[in-house]
Amino acid sequence: MNRESINNLTRGIIRENPIFVMLLGMCPTLGVTTSAINGVGMGLATMFVLMMSNMAISAVKKLIPDIVRIPSFIVIIASFVTVLEMLMQAYVPSLYSALGIYIPLIVVNCIILGRAEAFASKNSIFQSLLDAIGMGIGFTLALTILGAVREMLGNGSLFGWSFVAENADTMLLFIMPPGAFLALASIIITVNKLRGVR
Amino acid sequence: MSDKIKDILFPVITLVVIAAFSAFILGYVHNITLEPIKKAKDGNELQAIAQVTGEFDNNPFAEKMTIFTKSKKHKLTMYPARKNGHLNSVAIKSYTNTGFGGRIELMIGFNVDGSIKSFKIISSNETPGLGSKIDEPKFKEQLEGFYPQRQILKVKQDGGDVDAVTAATISSRAVLRAIERAFDAFNNFNSGK
Repeated sequence: MNRESINNLTRGIIRENPIFVMLLGMCPTLGVTTSAINGVGMGLATMFVLMMSNMAISAVKKLIPDIVRIPSFIVIIASFVTVLEMLMQAYVPSLYSALGIYIPLIVVNCIILGRAEAFASKNSIFQSLLDAIGMGIGFTLALTILGAVREMLGNGSLFGWSFVAENADTMLLFIMPPGAFLALASIIITVNKLRGVR
Repeated sequence: MSDKIKDILFPVITLVVIAAFSAFILGYVHNITLEPIKKAKDGNELQAIAQVTGEFDNNPFAEKMTIFTKSKKHKLTMYPARKNGHLNSVAIKSYTNTGFGGRIELMIGFNVDGSIKSFKIISSNETPGLGSKIDEPKFKEQLEGFYPQRQILKVKQDGGDVDAVTAATISSRAVLRAIERAFDAFNNFNSGK
C-alpha cells in the first residue's frame, strides 16, 4: 500500500476524527451513547453505510450530472440505510430496538453525506473505501469511548458488566441527555489537550 | 436535441435510473428479510410469554384470542398457556400510553385464580436508570402473587398497596394501569363464559 492509501485510511481515526475533531454527526452521538454497547452498535452500523455509500458514489460519480448530485447521493445513502435497517431488524433485533429511531436517522448523518461530497465524489473506489473504513473506525471509537464513560459514571457498569453494588447510587445524570453534553465536552477537552490544540 | 432540453432531460433520467435501481434492491432485501423479521418479533413475544406464565407444552401463539375490557374500549390479546391440556395460566399483552416516555407495552401473566404471576415489559421509552427500573425485580417481586381483587392495585401515594419505584412514580403508575387494564379484560372474559 502506498503512502496516500495509508494516509486516507488513518486520517479519520484520530487526526480528523469525525466526532472529536470535526464535530460532525452530533445527533446520534449524543442520543445513543447511553451504554458502550450501543455506541459500538451505532458506530458499526454507520460504518457499514459509509463504506457502501462511499463505494457506490465513487463508482457512479462520473455519470451523475452536477445539478442532481445531492439528491442522487441521498437516494443512494437512504437505500443502504433501509437495507441495513431491515437486516438489523431480522438478525440483531435486540440491538435494533436499542438503537431505535437513530438507525433511519443515519440517512441525515452529515458524516456520510460529508464524506460522499468531500471525498468519494472525487476519488477512486478503492481510496473511497479506505476513507470510509478510517472514518468509520474513528466514529465507532468515539461513540464507544463516550458510551463507556457515560455507562461507567451513570450506571456503574461497562458493556453490561456491573462493578458497583446493587442499588448503589450512581450519577444517573450521565445517562440522561444533559450528561451526554457534559461527557462529550470533557472528552473533547482531553483530546484537544493531547493533540496540543490551544 | 437542443442543449436546453438535454440539460433538463439528462438529470431527470439519471435520477429516475438511480431511484429505480434502489427500489429494486430494497424490494429484494425486503423479500428475503420478511420471514426473519416476523420470526424475531414473534420470538420476542414468545419469550415474554414464557417468562410470565408457568410451564406450558402448547403453542400459546397459535391459540391467541382477542379480549375486551368491560367498557369495550380497549382490545387486548390473550395467550393461554396449557400443560397436559389443563389451563395453567394466561399471558395478556397490555399497554398504556401514560408512561413518562409515552407508550409502554407489557406482557402480564395471570394464574387461573386471578392473581398476578409475573409481568415483563416488552417495549418502553422510560428514562434509563430511573423509569426503566419498572422491569427490575425490586418492583416486580411485590406484584408477583398479587390479588387485584383483594388488594388495591395502586401506588402507595394514591392509597394503594404497591411501592412505586423511587423517583419514577409516573412510570410505576403507568405499569399498574396497564396491569389493571389486563385484569379488567381478563375478568370480563371470565364472566362472559
